[in-house]
Amino acid sequence: MSHLVVNSTVNGEPAEFLCEPHETLLHALRDTLLLTGTKEGCSNGNCGACSVLLDGVLVNSCLVLAAEVEGRQVTTIEGLTPREGLHPLQQQFLENAALQCGICTPGFIVASKALLDRNPHPTEAEVRHFLAGNLCRCTGYDKIVRAVLAAAA
Amino acid sequence: MSDQTAFKVIGTRPVRHDGVDKVTGRALYGADVRMNGQIYGAMLRSPHAHARILSIDTSFAEALPGVKSVVTGADLPAMADKIADTGEGAVNLRHLSSNILAGSTALYWGHAIAAVAATTQTIADQAAALIRVEYEVLPPILDLAAAMAPDAAALHADVVTNELGEKGKAPSNVAEHFRHEKGDVAAGFAAAEVVIEREYKTGTVHQGYIEPHSATVQWNADGQLIVYCSTQGSFGVRSEISEILGLPISHIKVIPTEIGGGFGGKLNVYLEPVAALLSRKAGGRAVKITMSRIDVLAATGPTSASIIKVKYGATRDGRLTAAQVWMAYEAGAFPGSPVGAGSGVILAPYDIPNVVIDGYDVLCNKPKSNAYRAPGGTNAAYAAESALDELARALNMGPIEIRLKNAAKEGTRRADGPVFPRIGFVETLEAVMRHPHYTSALERSSGPLRRGRGIASGFWFNFGGTSSASATVNPDGTVSLTEGSTDIGGSRTSIAMQFAESLGIPVDQVKPQVVDTDSVGYNDATGGSRTTFATGWVVYEIGQKIRTELIARAAKMLETEPGQVSFENGVFSNGAMKNIPYAQVTADLDKTGGPIVVSHSMRTRGEGTAFATHIVDVEVDIETGKVDILRYTATQDVGHAIHPSYVEGQIQGGVAQGIGWALNEEYIYDKNGKLLNAGFLDYRMPTTLDLPMIDAVLVEVPNPKHPYGVRGVGEVPIVPPAGAIANAIFDATGVRMMELPMSPARNLAALEAAAIAAAV
Amino acid sequence: MQTFNFLSVATVEDAVAALKMGANRPLAGGTDLIPMLREGRRSADAVVDIKRIPKLNQLVVGPGHDLMIGAAVSAQRICRDPEIARAFPGLIDGISLIGGTQIQGRASVGGNLCTASPAGDAIPALIVHDAVLMVEGPSGGSEFPVSAFLIGPGKNALGPGELLVSIYVPAPKPGFGAAYLRFIPRNEMDIAVASVGIGLCQDEGGRITGLKLALGAVGPTPIVVAEAAGIAEGQLPSAELLARLGAAAEAAARPIDDVRGTAVQRRRLVNVLTRRAFEKALSRSVRMSSFKLF
Repeated sequence: MSHLVVNSTVNGEPAEFLCEPHETLLHALRDTLLLTGTKEGCSNGNCGACSVLLDGVLVNSCLVLAAEVEGRQVTTIEGLTPREGLHPLQQQFLENAALQCGICTPGFIVASKALLDRNPHPTEAEVRHFLAGNLCRCTGYDKIVRAVLAAAA
Repeated sequence: MSDQTAFKVIGTRPVRHDGVDKVTGRALYGADVRMNGQIYGAMLRSPHAHARILSIDTSFAEALPGVKSVVTGADLPAMADKIADTGEGAVNLRHLSSNILAGSTALYWGHAIAAVAATTQTIADQAAALIRVEYEVLPPILDLAAAMAPDAAALHADVVTNELGEKGKAPSNVAEHFRHEKGDVAAGFAAAEVVIEREYKTGTVHQGYIEPHSATVQWNADGQLIVYCSTQGSFGVRSEISEILGLPISHIKVIPTEIGGGFGGKLNVYLEPVAALLSRKAGGRAVKITMSRIDVLAATGPTSASIIKVKYGATRDGRLTAAQVWMAYEAGAFPGSPVGAGSGVILAPYDIPNVVIDGYDVLCNKPKSNAYRAPGGTNAAYAAESALDELARALNMGPIEIRLKNAAKEGTRRADGPVFPRIGFVETLEAVMRHPHYTSALERSSGPLRRGRGIASGFWFNFGGTSSASATVNPDGTVSLTEGSTDIGGSRTSIAMQFAESLGIPVDQVKPQVVDTDSVGYNDATGGSRTTFATGWVVYEIGQKIRTELIARAAKMLETEPGQVSFENGVFSNGAMKNIPYAQVTADLDKTGGPIVVSHSMRTRGEGTAFATHIVDVEVDIETGKVDILRYTATQDVGHAIHPSYVEGQIQGGVAQGIGWALNEEYIYDKNGKLLNAGFLDYRMPTTLDLPMIDAVLVEVPNPKHPYGVRGVGEVPIVPPAGAIANAIFDATGVRMMELPMSPARNLAALEAAAIAAAV
Repeated sequence: MQTFNFLSVATVEDAVAALKMGANRPLAGGTDLIPMLREGRRSADAVVDIKRIPKLNQLVVGPGHDLMIGAAVSAQRICRDPEIARAFPGLIDGISLIGGTQIQGRASVGGNLCTASPAGDAIPALIVHDAVLMVEGPSGGSEFPVSAFLIGPGKNALGPGELLVSIYVPAPKPGFGAAYLRFIPRNEMDIAVASVGIGLCQDEGGRITGLKLALGAVGPTPIVVAEAAGIAEGQLPSAELLARLGAAAEAAARPIDDVRGTAVQRRRLVNVLTRRAFEKALSRSVRMSSFKLF
């Protein structure tokens, strides 16, 4: 099957790459662009480990075809890290011990950023509702929610 | 034993050393590995729960352009019956080998039959679909009743029952029947004034780690194998590959990547030997295989479904006089369920004079079970704690009261043999009694939403095991600490903290690294709640040795005897106004005798057991059967909490898994043994919206055997939740839930049956 | 894993032409289609990305408070529109429940309809709002009421080359109130075990008129409970009315046992959900006499 050429912007930089038509954005990010911070947990949109921002909208990259991001902006966990230091969410996740194995962490941070962009001072209930599409098996979510609330404060 | 009141590092909450990598997405997990020239593997799995494999034709797969190798079970060396210890229980290597690639028979839906490696994942997947397998489908055995029936067809011709220590004659699906006895149960029940006898069932449940298994393996021309994998135990992987492929250990290097959750499910190999064979057949190209989520649920070890019968006898004053347990656990396609561990857990919190426990390890056409956080414990405690709740109510006693009355203490002998050293069970009960959750009234509502409160306790053995580590003092005073315990939840930092405390330097001066099997001495797996305990102890010893050596060096620099030199607050001093800062001593190591490198290895003893008592408030919608968790408090004797945030995190995580197990998680099979819910949509684990904040109460009863009083903490939190929730549901509705999960459909049916019974 | 080709079109005509060719499928949010194709539950020669077609991206509340939803508009965009949220809370009830936040950012009402799962969260509320589906195809345009569009589990009424272009929701009658409730085993991320959509008006005496009741996930397609209208017409809300409506829902349901629930459970649930959704719809409806025309 022949490859398609996709021109998009990834983490603020132009990114031109080849992809197979059936290939997901998740695989293009990880295997072609070598941005492995976005993780694959379930391949069908049920765990949120593959969360990215597509034109600023929080999506599961396992449910987006790579070809669909032609002309679009993609932001991954790598793009949330500033040039120096850490994003407040990253800092709060560390200080609140909001990660144990860390595999869900990039997805949670991307999703939490989307939350705080829209709702800078969410309640605990709003945090839990917004993040319900991100599964964590290690933490029971307690410290994750606290970290997000701390970043919002 | 160190002074526990003056710790500088222990008890603080530093940011973990690997934290920045993990929050920025830089940390490399199994699937993130990339080796030059790597090709991609795909597995072909059985569409039948039970079938003889008559033939496998791989020719069409091999002919597909891009395919570099194909392997089947025939490519694995024949294995003798051999048992290995991988750190969370013994493993029969022949069974493990057959599990990795089926031999003559497919034994569960999803059983690996063959594997392909190709230049792209797409081609590998397509090629796997081109492999033609001829099956003779056999009737599947899908539950304990069917498996244990006297006329049941035996799944393995060579598995006989180990019947109370004697080998049986005929093949059987009951791989083992053991018994623990204490005292005289007949007399005990005869003396009882109240007897409760109940039967419980639990479903098959998976560890549910978010990261699927992944391995990248390269077979070099010189016969050296390089293995990258996400694993809880790199040395266990090495020895399993060695045994399964018949390779010397010296030929195998296992490099553990970061791991995205394990909970016991990543102790044994699934992919690594297959990738190795594919690599060899492909001329040594590195082969990367990552499981799909379906593969993970269908073909890696869940934990056992079970049937557990509990009978208690007690006198009216609340003292238990006797207990009898019958417990059968599904091992899946090969023997080795955690029924043994379950039998140790089930009555452990209680001092009961007369006990008999019969345990059964039973085969069926489901995936081979694997350890899942306190393996066997949750099932057991669900039954024991539910029945105890009934007994307490029959005696008009409160849940804490009856547990205090019968509490195990130092010196109590468990039914499975061991005598307890200093334990903290009573302390957890007392912590509960003091806690506002316990003392606050539960608002009862009218209407369809009913609230209830439940309490349950639990126990886990914890494990010590062997760890090794090394440390090098750098000229700038930092210490490079290499250890081999893969870090699932922040342990490299807890280990670094113990080292820092022992040596007497700040923890950010320690640089812990988890290294490969060639770079550090042997380490048992990260599991069994052993890592902070055992690897921590090893680095404590290293810290002490380095401290001694640095004092000797400082003495040289101070021109005095080592006995005259003390090291406090970063300064070496001879007590007579002469002192040298730590950084100067380390900068001048070359002048005082050269580098300082210390290794240490220990087979630890004296691991502390763990007890927990949990309280939960639930709300049951009696019109729909839905249960919501309103409030959860978990008290646990945690020994000395090295990093309190990580101890809290272990408790909260175990509780969350226990809640999922209690309320919604189960494998659902059709009548042919096909797993219907092999995905996160219908294998329902708790989301952020399904849990409240979880109050983790750390009761510190230090383990007297460990230099820093450490007890394992990671596993016991998963043991009480199901029992606590079942008891809370009863408190809310008056209905006992006798089967896990207590999902809405089951609850609704039970509520309706009870309403009908009440109306009659 | 299946392979397929990818085409992108910018007009309805091009979409129709592409869909006529071989076994091609339209791609909007992809949250159902992509996993289905990759897991082999559906097949396609190619997916046709229709998200660049302007007509499929419109979202317009008309001056008379009717609503036109382009088939590719994401659930998130609809739910975040304050005017739609205010005027159509019953629709938002359902649309906002299609998956978690990440799914909401992509999933469309058009896709929810075309996937034609009997459990589709947008569907019962669309039915009780008398939504009309606008379809374009090789032989021109056509319209379908929602219940005629869903003809079997996973089967919609589209023929070869036909494309769902938009969903038209007529302005509700004055004082109309609607609600959608579903039951799931967790608190998010589940497919509905059973669901109910209900719409109603009240006359000046507070008597119910024009009640519509639709059930989801309890049959091969969503079920319109025809008797419900007659049971409720002219009645004052009462426990007895609720009980009768619940019983009618229970009797109309044709559920099965599956991995998400049992038939017994589902029948009970539509009874309970009908009563609860009725209360919610009632609270949103306004008695005729107090309705101010402007």
